[in-house]
Amino acid sequence: MARTPAELVGANPGPSFEITMDGRPVTALPGQSVAAALWSAGILAWRTTRHTDRPRGAFCGIGQCYDCLATINGEPNRRACLVPARPGDVIITQEGHGHARLSV
Amino acid sequence: MPASASDPYDLAVIGAGSAGLAGAVTAAELGLSVALLDGSPQHGGQFYRHPAPSMGAARPEALHHDWAAFAELRRRLERSDVSHLSGHHVWTVTKEDHGPWAVHAVTGVDGTAERSVRVRARTVLLATGAYERQLPFPGWTLPGVVGAGGAQAMLKSGLVLPGKRVVVAGSGPLLLAVATSLAAAGAQVPAVIEASGYLGYARHPRALAANPHKLVEAAVHGAALLRHRVRLRTRSAVTEVHGTDRVEAVTVTRLDRDWRPVRGASRQIECDALAVGHGLAPQIELATALGCATRPVADGTSALALDGLQETSVRGLWAAGETGGIGGAQLARSEGELAGLAAAGRLYGHPVREERVRALQRRRDRMRAFADAMAISHAPAAGWTGWLTGDTEVCRCEEVTARSIREAVTDFGARDARTVKLLTRAGMGWCQGRMCGAAVACLAAREGAVEPPAERRPFAVPVPLSALASLDEPTGIRPDAAPGVDD
Repeated sequence: MARTPAELVGANPGPSFEITMDGRPVTALPGQSVAAALWSAGILAWRTTRHTDRPRGAFCGIGQCYDCLATINGEPNRRACLVPARPGDVIITQEGHGHARLSV
Repeated sequence: MPASASDPYDLAVIGAGSAGLAGAVTAAELGLSVALLDGSPQHGGQFYRHPAPSMGAARPEALHHDWAAFAELRRRLERSDVSHLSGHHVWTVTKEDHGPWAVHAVTGVDGTAERSVRVRARTVLLATGAYERQLPFPGWTLPGVVGAGGAQAMLKSGLVLPGKRVVVAGSGPLLLAVATSLAAAGAQVPAVIEASGYLGYARHPRALAANPHKLVEAAVHGAALLRHRVRLRTRSAVTEVHGTDRVEAVTVTRLDRDWRPVRGASRQIECDALAVGHGLAPQIELATALGCATRPVADGTSALALDGLQETSVRGLWAAGETGGIGGAQLARSEGELAGLAAAGRLYGHPVREERVRALQRRRDRMRAFADAMAISHAPAAGWTGWLTGDTEVCRCEEVTARSIREAVTDFGARDARTVKLLTRAGMGWCQGRMCGAAVACLAAREGAVEPPAERRPFAVPVPLSALASLDEPTGIRPDAAPGVDD
């Protein structure tokens, strides 16, 4: 019986690569979304809410709920469940609406 | 592809899942020029969601039912000259008097590629599917609580799990499929918690007898759950999630027939994730923005009202699959094919094989009957609001609590979801009420009759202002536009 999802589907992915989450290295597979790469590293939260500063991550997994918003390569409000991970991506926990530097 | 780049397509299909694929290939095989638009980089929709080619999955079918049907649709698509426009997020559909339809999309993996595209077409098939319906409970915003469909989507495409020990909860047959997939992929699934029961199906013997494949499917899931030692607990719900930064355990409480938690009938289950969902809601905002008629479904959602050939109340706009009511991939394929045949008949007066049409209609009606039985059996009963505390966040985006919503109703006289939204901002955030709409509508109805939330959203996906600003630009081929697409 399969012990991992990759074993179940007989995956033979291309070479893995590194992205960073708040400076911490995370291994990603080509074709995985940013959210999937973070889940595979056991990271479930990469956003804090605007009002109560609570952690959030992927919820609906299909781009509908916007709970997985992250700052990816300096760009806030990207839906991590839709954006494919690329080598060297820099993911930063998005605080609030992601535009704090604009003081709005 | 149309004869000339400035000609409209015969048919624009929105959504490349089971319904959209079937509609697109059917129409193309009858000689129609077809554009198939989908937000995802890959076709298949949510049901046939699968890993990117770079993951090298030798057995993608291991996570699917009926993969052969998808493989066949894919073969037909490859043989056709359908223009497959992936990464196109459709935000609105418009029609000028006597002119063609205009399908407006923004491009990119998440619609932020700063390019707007307008596809013109003489007819449109809407096959946008559904998203998961959620009912809130204390702790459901904690990391580790994920949609049941969400967990399956992440598993199918990213080959990842939200945790090692995952409780599956909510209502509806999707839960069995999710639990089976998670367990097959190596997760430990201590329990499936279903708020309804399965005895409700027994009240619809004719629908059951006419759909033996559904019973086989249920038996396959049942056997898999047994094999993986997954307990199925009916008439119960997760009424609280425990943990500080992530899920550590859940409280499961027995429900009465009205889904009201039974006092003292609770137990805790340790887990590091919870996959939860209460059925699916048709994604119909493109159609409702055009004024298409809807029909209430027995599960409390709204679906598009369609005629015998899948046409909406707006002439020239067809719909298939979950947009007409949740019914699964097989039903979606039949409906997509019907709509493709109907569009071809309308445009070119094809003597559309009457026998094929009748066979498809019979199959559709049979599967719709089962879908209706399913909707009734798993419909949320009003007592679910009994598991909310004042602090429970109902609207995840705007962090609006159940207390604020009840105040809006009791102190400020709100009687509907729209008024609650104006008073509290529930449903005004990023997701525009997709996650909280059903719950807010129930609370606004004061635990009385459940009123389906208004599905009217002027934009189906977020649109950059630059896309709106460019609408007045004259139509013309832009150098960066995809072939066959104007603007």
